Amino acid sequence: MMRWMKMSGILVILAMLAACAAPTPPAPTATPAGPAQPAAQPSPTPAASPTPAVKKIVLGFTASQTGKLTKESKEQVQGLQLWLEDLQRAGGIRLPDGTVIQVELKFYDDESTKERVQQLYVKLINEDKADFLISPYSSGLADAAAVIAEQYGKIMITTGAASDSTYEKGYQHIFQIYTPASRYLTGAIDFLKKLDPNARRIAIVYENEKFSTDVVNAAKPYAESQGFEVVLFEGYETGTTDFGPFINKIMAARPDAIIGGGHFQDGSTLAKQLFEKKVPVKMIALLVAPAVPEFAQLGDAAVGVIGPSQWEPGARYSPDSAKAAGLPWYGPTVDQFVSAYKAKYGYEPGYHAAGGYAAGLVLQKAIEEAGSIETEKVKAALEKMDLMTFYGRIKFDTGKAHGKQIGHEMVYLQWQKDASGNLIRPIIWPEAAQAAKPIYPLSR
Amino acid sequence: MVSPGVWIASLIDGLLLGFVYGLAAMGLTLIWGVMRVINLAHGPIIALGMFGVYLLFAYGGVHPYLGLFAVALLGLLVGILIYAIAVHRVLTAPHLSTLLATFSINMMIIGTGTALFTTTPRNIDISLGRLVLGPVVLLGTRLLAALAAVLIAAGLYVFLYRTTLGKMVRAVASNRAAAELMGIPSARVLAFSFGLGTMLAAVAGGLIATFFPFTILSGGAYELKSFVICVLGGLGNPTGALLGGLILGALEGLIPIVLPVSWVPVIEFLLFVLLLLLRPQGLLGER
Repeated sequence: MMRWMKMSGILVILAMLAACAAPTPPAPTATPAGPAQPAAQPSPTPAASPTPAVKKIVLGFTASQTGKLTKESKEQVQGLQLWLEDLQRAGGIRLPDGTVIQVELKFYDDESTKERVQQLYVKLINEDKADFLISPYSSGLADAAAVIAEQYGKIMITTGAASDSTYEKGYQHIFQIYTPASRYLTGAIDFLKKLDPNARRIAIVYENEKFSTDVVNAAKPYAESQGFEVVLFEGYETGTTDFGPFINKIMAARPDAIIGGGHFQDGSTLAKQLFEKKVPVKMIALLVAPAVPEFAQLGDAAVGVIGPSQWEPGARYSPDSAKAAGLPWYGPTVDQFVSAYKAKYGYEPGYHAAGGYAAGLVLQKAIEEAGSIETEKVKAALEKMDLMTFYGRIKFDTGKAHGKQIGHEMVYLQWQKDASGNLIRPIIWPEAAQAAKPIYPLSR
Repeated sequence: MVSPGVWIASLIDGLLLGFVYGLAAMGLTLIWGVMRVINLAHGPIIALGMFGVYLLFAYGGVHPYLGLFAVALLGLLVGILIYAIAVHRVLTAPHLSTLLATFSINMMIIGTGTALFTTTPRNIDISLGRLVLGPVVLLGTRLLAALAAVLIAAGLYVFLYRTTLGKMVRAVASNRAAAELMGIPSARVLAFSFGLGTMLAAVAGGLIATFFPFTILSGGAYELKSFVICVLGGLGNPTGALLGGLILGALEGLIPIVLPVSWVPVIEFLLFVLLLLLRPQGLLGER
């Protein structure tokens, strides 16, 4: 019997080792986008003026080319690369003193893990001499990168990272492009209240990680303040594939609506299993997953699912709306961005791509305004920034939550079938931006 | 409070999964029973089974349930190969050697798999409809997986007790030297048994792949479950493994009704430790 127990002990330890030992795929792939040829620039002023001084800056970041965040990260990087292409076509960033700044992107695969992110941002700063940083995708990874950026005093524009808490740590160099998590699902609750005054019960099921917890911890008190009863409030582990137990709990709690989710993989699995089991609720609103174009692969299981989105191709930001709001306009129009993205990648961009582009654009504008690539001057320009772009309004908190996004607003989309049975995702909330009549209640 | 319908639905959900857990655990327990080797490559083999079915389906257009037959055959061959390369030479060495040998195989499969397939989750998109009985919704894929697990378990039983080769396997298991004296080619029988164990794991993986998304790392979770199940049912006892699988499945279904889902592994492993203390031979094991 003793031998038995010893054996079992060894066995469990080894099994856990096996479970923990992360695989070590090959070295990171550096794919620097080639710097633009200075020769290819159209000369800004005819003849006379001397050849402008050309400076090169390195913009560093990590991409999740492997691991659970690949889909969202890929979109974000594609958006950023499109920005760089547009910038190169325009000849680079022109400073008031005539200097031309050429941008080079430098990135590595972070395998969707925090450990790699921190190693790689140190490498980007120390070895690759990155002048500015863009965050990796996801709140968790961006938070890990923010620690490094702040330690080394580098400006980092975060995109794909909505969690509020990163900006409540007193960092001075981190600037957020996304609407923060605390405002992610509040609109879905407003939507439910407006469409169905009789709806009372909400189940909140969410991924146990930084961003999703931030969202639901803000959504729960908001729902309660709006007169709803939260009948289930429970997190699931990252990487959960079997939502059976949650679905049985949801069935038992008899909610009118389910909100929550986490990221693409778990969110789409949850949506699929809710559909397979025909869970009778009137509304489902999930984070992230519905806003990723691949969500359409779920087919009928996608229909009716609502998702908050930072931005949609149908967004109505324009130079005119900027004028109406008394804000300066900067960068391409929505149509220009959408058609350029479609031409390059073959499909419509989602908000992850738009966020990637916007991150580049905001940095570009800040460098222009600062007339310099010095960190402190660019930082001051970012703090002063208040403008409208194709992606919406951009304005950063300069008070206690330094760097937090306070200008940008969410929209809500819903997967629907058009007349010919194709899946589309029109904006259904806020009402002012509504592009289609919402499906409510769900017919399941 | 919680209606009885919810208990029934949760129990059935758990049991259907339990059959598949049991099938995977049978692979582990068979190898232990025959040659006293704990196969730490069990998890990755399950994951390979998932990928086998997926690749045949996604690139060859082979229906997942047909693909399972190919995966079974491949599982058998891979098992024999692993035995010949890594296990045979250290079979009579202390237990730590076989543990390390199979652990190395584990790391090799995971490393190669990550390089080839990355850790991006994959999905086999098939639906066999659903059956609604009052509060209970049964999914076709889960029903079929449970049915397949039962059939394979029955097949294994018939094989071990009714065929000559099966009797040879049992003879080698109970006394290798005596079996050798009776003219049984024990090395070949051992290789075959190891293959049979990995085949069961691979097929279980293939069945799981029809309803859950997976990566090359997904096998780890099922490997841990297999250990608990084997100890629960009595190591070396295939029937015990199936029973253990059902118990674990039922627990996974029922515990979340009264506790948050994150408590499930805590209770599972508490059970594991208690069982080791109180009844180390397992529920169906002999002392």
